[in-house]
Amino acid sequence: MSALPKRILKETERLMSDSPPGISAAPKDDNLRHFDVSVSGPGQSPYEGGIFKLELFLPEEYPMNPPKVRFLTKIYHPNIDKLGRICLDILKDKWSPALQIRTVLLSIQALLGAPNPDDPLANDVAQHWKENEKAAIEQAREWTRMYAQ
Amino acid sequence: MSSDGEEEFEFEFEDDDEGFDPEADSAGESISDAEAFDIMSPTLEEPPEKKPYDVNYRVRTMQEIMDMQTKEVKKVQSLLEVPADTAATLLRYYAWNSEKLQEQFWNDPTAALVSAGLSPPSSPSTSTQPLPSPLASPRPFECPICCMDYTKEQTATQTLALGCGHRFCRGCWTEYVVGKITTEGESGRIQCMESGCSRIVRAEPIDELVTSDVSKKYHNLLNQAFVSDAPSLRWCPHPGCEHIIECSQAPQKMLNQLVPTVTCRCGNDLCFGCGYPASHRPVICRIVKLWEKKCADDSETANWLQANTKECTKCQSTIEKNGGCNHMTCKKCKWEFCWVCMGPWSEHGTAWYQCNRFDEKSGSDNRDHQAKSRQSLERYLHYFNRWANHEHSAKLDADFYKSTQKKMEQMQSSANMSWIEVQFAKQAVDTVIAARITLKWSYCMAFYLKRNNMTELFEDNQRDLERAVETLGYSLEQNIGDVGAIAKLRQEVTNQSAYVQKRHDILMDDTLRGYLEHRWEFTV
Repeated sequence: MSALPKRILKETERLMSDSPPGISAAPKDDNLRHFDVSVSGPGQSPYEGGIFKLELFLPEEYPMNPPKVRFLTKIYHPNIDKLGRICLDILKDKWSPALQIRTVLLSIQALLGAPNPDDPLANDVAQHWKENEKAAIEQAREWTRMYAQ
Repeated sequence: MSSDGEEEFEFEFEDDDEGFDPEADSAGESISDAEAFDIMSPTLEEPPEKKPYDVNYRVRTMQEIMDMQTKEVKKVQSLLEVPADTAATLLRYYAWNSEKLQEQFWNDPTAALVSAGLSPPSSPSTSTQPLPSPLASPRPFECPICCMDYTKEQTATQTLALGCGHRFCRGCWTEYVVGKITTEGESGRIQCMESGCSRIVRAEPIDELVTSDVSKKYHNLLNQAFVSDAPSLRWCPHPGCEHIIECSQAPQKMLNQLVPTVTCRCGNDLCFGCGYPASHRPVICRIVKLWEKKCADDSETANWLQANTKECTKCQSTIEKNGGCNHMTCKKCKWEFCWVCMGPWSEHGTAWYQCNRFDEKSGSDNRDHQAKSRQSLERYLHYFNRWANHEHSAKLDADFYKSTQKKMEQMQSSANMSWIEVQFAKQAVDTVIAARITLKWSYCMAFYLKRNNMTELFEDNQRDLERAVETLGYSLEQNIGDVGAIAKLRQEVTNQSAYVQKRHDILMDDTLRGYLEHRWEFTV
């Protein structure tokens, strides 16, 4: 692998020294483009108290192309599917090279606080959310207890 | 608006193959009525016959498309008093609908400019100058994307900001723009790199940032977008052909009455309405789409299952009976029932071998359902087989031409006929092939037609053409005999070919007129 671009070095440095609240990200030893991430569930959300593990990979084209991010911890959320894939506009067509790992992770944390069942990735979960929000939120809480603690 | 259209309708009888003459329109408008009459009268006699269901169209080249854009840009440029680049960006945003653009622009110029991703007019320096203005007071700069540092002097020459002021280094801009153009195929909607900023990167900076190859691709993409935005333009769908068809007489709302088949300069037919890469006359686009979907779907597999299998009335397992008696025992749930009436076997008593339980409710519902789906499958297959048969024949066109070619050579040598004298055979093959394409689609049409008197007339016409084509096809397959036989064959083929042509014209003419007269009723 070619030498790490200055941009990635800088971002990594800043993530390690000054990480946003409730978020930590550190590159793996064997691949500095591959990050272990953990995000704590936002307060007032069914994910509160949970620590969610994610993996983040910076492709060769980064920052022209968005990073690839995936939940490793099981989570009950209408915009996150069974494999942990995330439906988030800035990871697709709304990506801008001016965005950073930090902003992406903050957006993911915000997504946990504001699920959007109208733009679902996990259809069954979204359906549940729309038909019986209370029960769906309870289920999300249950999964947080079971898998994220 | 509508009168313009009609005028065009009356005037434009020129041959479609003729090149585009940019002066033609204006010349046509400026001549006096008397002159116009003089010009029109010979042309009115000349074209074969202009049918009410035919459309006027022109085949354009890429250069003409570019000229059309330039013309449009110039018009808007002078009307709105904006620079050409701005006019072009505005037009692209409004999908080249200059009326809508003008309305919005005069209503609120700032809003029109901003929504199109341009600088508002209040900042003239940036709205007219898309390239980065040098910084007022150059200072060292770190590009937020690659994190490279630039000195005061370098900042002025090696970095760039659009009117929105988001500054990045040229290297990042180039990488970004090239990626958008070459991998994402974007052109007119490339935005500033800053997240959430909707400022458009215009042609001028792009041409300056990228190599000429990429720039060429970018302008090609812009042209493509122009063609797909304009409802009166359509690309020729044939591989390798780069022509564009212009036709303003077949808007979407007319497609229930018109089948706008056109011939591109590459020699191939296409439907201007839906882009189907061949003629699908006499069927309208909507029905063709339904038919294609039906044939592609495996919904017919489901129909087959329904027609050839039955379901266990208890556990719904699908069962195909391949022998044995009618006393069925479901392998899965062990339910016993009668295959003939579908009623439970226990109700049969000892009379099972006659299955005289015809009126039992439990069985008759099941049978009705099955009969219906079997009938629908048979009906579909009837039309599909005929459609597919002609489709298949069309695939053998090349062979047909080849074998005819051989016979023509044979005739030339054995009967001492001239090249021109044996052309009748090739013409006959042309006639057969054209008729088969029409016949093919006539079966699609018949499948969707409601049963009524009109449909019967349609099917009579269809039958007559089918018969005529068969006869001619048979004659063309004949072996070449001696000189006398050849003369007879030639006479026969010529007559039959004329007859096929006539039947073909009748079917086509009647069917296409039928749309205009609202004679056809479809079941969907």
